[in-house]
Amino acid sequence: MSDTTLSEGGPVPVPSAPPAETRATRLRHFWDDYRRAPMAVAALGLVVLMLLLSFGAPLVAPQDPYDMAALDYADAFLRPGETGSGGYVHLLGTDNAGRDMLSAILYGLKTSFVIGLSAGALALALGISVGLTAAYFGSRVEALLMRVVDLQLSMPAILLALVLVAVLGQGVAQIVLALVVAQYAYFARTTHGAATAERRKDYIEAARSTPLPTHRVLLRHLLPNVMPPLIVVATVQVASAIALEATLSFLGVGLPLTEPSLGSLISNGFKYIHTDRTWLSIYPGVALMVTVVAINLVGDQVRTVLDPRNSR
Amino acid sequence: MTGFLLQRLMQAAAVIVAMSVIVFTGVFAIGNPIDVLIDPGADQAIRAKLIAQYGLDQPLWRQYFAFVGNVVRGDLGTSMVYNVPVVDLVFSRLPATLELVLVSVTIAAGIGIPAGIWAGYHPGSLSARAIMALSVLGFSVPTFWIGMLLIMTFAVQLGWLPSGGRGDLGQLLWFETSLATADGWSHVIMPAINLSLFKMGLMIRLSRAGMVEAMRTDYVRFARAQGLPDHQIVTRHVLRNISIPLVTVFGLELGSTLAFAVVTESVFNWPGVGKLIIDSILQLDRPVMVSYLVMVVVLFVLINLVVDLIYARLDPRVRLKGGA
Repeated sequence: MSDTTLSEGGPVPVPSAPPAETRATRLRHFWDDYRRAPMAVAALGLVVLMLLLSFGAPLVAPQDPYDMAALDYADAFLRPGETGSGGYVHLLGTDNAGRDMLSAILYGLKTSFVIGLSAGALALALGISVGLTAAYFGSRVEALLMRVVDLQLSMPAILLALVLVAVLGQGVAQIVLALVVAQYAYFARTTHGAATAERRKDYIEAARSTPLPTHRVLLRHLLPNVMPPLIVVATVQVASAIALEATLSFLGVGLPLTEPSLGSLISNGFKYIHTDRTWLSIYPGVALMVTVVAINLVGDQVRTVLDPRNSR
Repeated sequence: MTGFLLQRLMQAAAVIVAMSVIVFTGVFAIGNPIDVLIDPGADQAIRAKLIAQYGLDQPLWRQYFAFVGNVVRGDLGTSMVYNVPVVDLVFSRLPATLELVLVSVTIAAGIGIPAGIWAGYHPGSLSARAIMALSVLGFSVPTFWIGMLLIMTFAVQLGWLPSGGRGDLGQLLWFETSLATADGWSHVIMPAINLSLFKMGLMIRLSRAGMVEAMRTDYVRFARAQGLPDHQIVTRHVLRNISIPLVTVFGLELGSTLAFAVVTESVFNWPGVGKLIIDSILQLDRPVMVSYLVMVVVLFVLINLVVDLIYARLDPRVRLKGGA
């Protein structure tokens, strides 16, 4: 048998990832499908705008909320539209420390994005590793890994994250770690499901019969074909990581107010909920809600486009 | 069936043991609770005495076995902050959480399932799209933020409802509950709605998906060909078929509602178990944390076990595959 397949002596041609030009056309087809839903296009635009504004915050924001020297207690609790000692208009008012709310929200949005994106990316990497390992090796390894994943999925992410943050302590790195542990299981389950379906197909059998190393078969041949469902899960999980971080900060176990994320800003505003200083909690809350809903809308549309049942 | 039952029971026990070790070691890693407990001015003798009293001078594995031994005897330790046995503490808080969860789950199912069935029966209609948009909101907008909006609107602006706390208690059958008084209801309704929104979104999506799927099947087509009116097809045939996944998820979600109650209870200052766990995390009240977490793990494992067993009862294929 082996003399027929390996008779040429050279590398065996194995189906691999499509060349670059078809990838570009595929992307164009994807975009053509995506833009059929005007809501989803608007949501995508909003997400891009928020990303630009938040990461460009040092250029856009009137004030650096981390710079304690720039804060003046005389400016505390200015209403939206009032002019403070800095000589500029506080469009969204100021908080109890005289911090400009618009600046704090933009910086906070950046913190939320950094946490959401890095937690999402790391959870994706960990989930893919666990899911692919389980699907490829099967038997005992598979049973053990997926049992752990299933158990974790049956527990709410918020509870897991809460406990982990309580154990690990406060800080950006700790929160990201807690979110990764709380969320990787979703990626692992999705990867495993898609990969077990792909594993039985001929091209994987063909690749396995060649002398290619295992990791190459997994990463170059199996992974590209399980990516579509993972992209959908990743979008939703980034939104959910941002919401989880905000919840943790709101509960007082996340980030402190000196390092404002949207959650800690809302939590600070919550103290004044019985006064008429509603701008302290409403504006950061709206920013959080718009971000999370917009990312979810994008994810929903990506799911619709990638769903093979909806293809033309 | 006996083999299957035995296997599942053993798995459940293994999971509980593993999780209790993880939780115990994890919680042990948090700070030194003695610094929180003892007045910094206390002398060495008092310090040493208290450390010995709480068993904190023992090695970790010995503390763990002492803990397990006590748990088996029904003693989950004493709260370091309230100085009350943890069991008493949790059980004194549990009724508040249970009544909150009960009301919210009723709201979620009572509105979510009919809305989802409607959306699945008229897919693509304007009302269906509105329902689905609402379910996305319930799904994605953080619970605590919706809770704050509710407080701002109905408590602060309109002044219709109290903003937090539990209302007057009354006697209902054998229970002391706020569901027996009008004041109690005015306190419970806002947090219950807040807690129900996520679940409602889930119920809408599930029942809609089941409905859309079921309406395409042959038995519906045959029933229609037979001349049965649609409302009869839906109530008699479709509903019965889509109710199995709904009941399952409903059961599983009961557990996670308890977890989400942590957030809602903090927003509405509801004196339940969720508020207790947050307070104990913030105050490093280690016995309460460990006991609560172990109880949650046991609860989740039990729910999973029951669901597995019900499945095995309903579907012989599960039984054969799992027992092999």
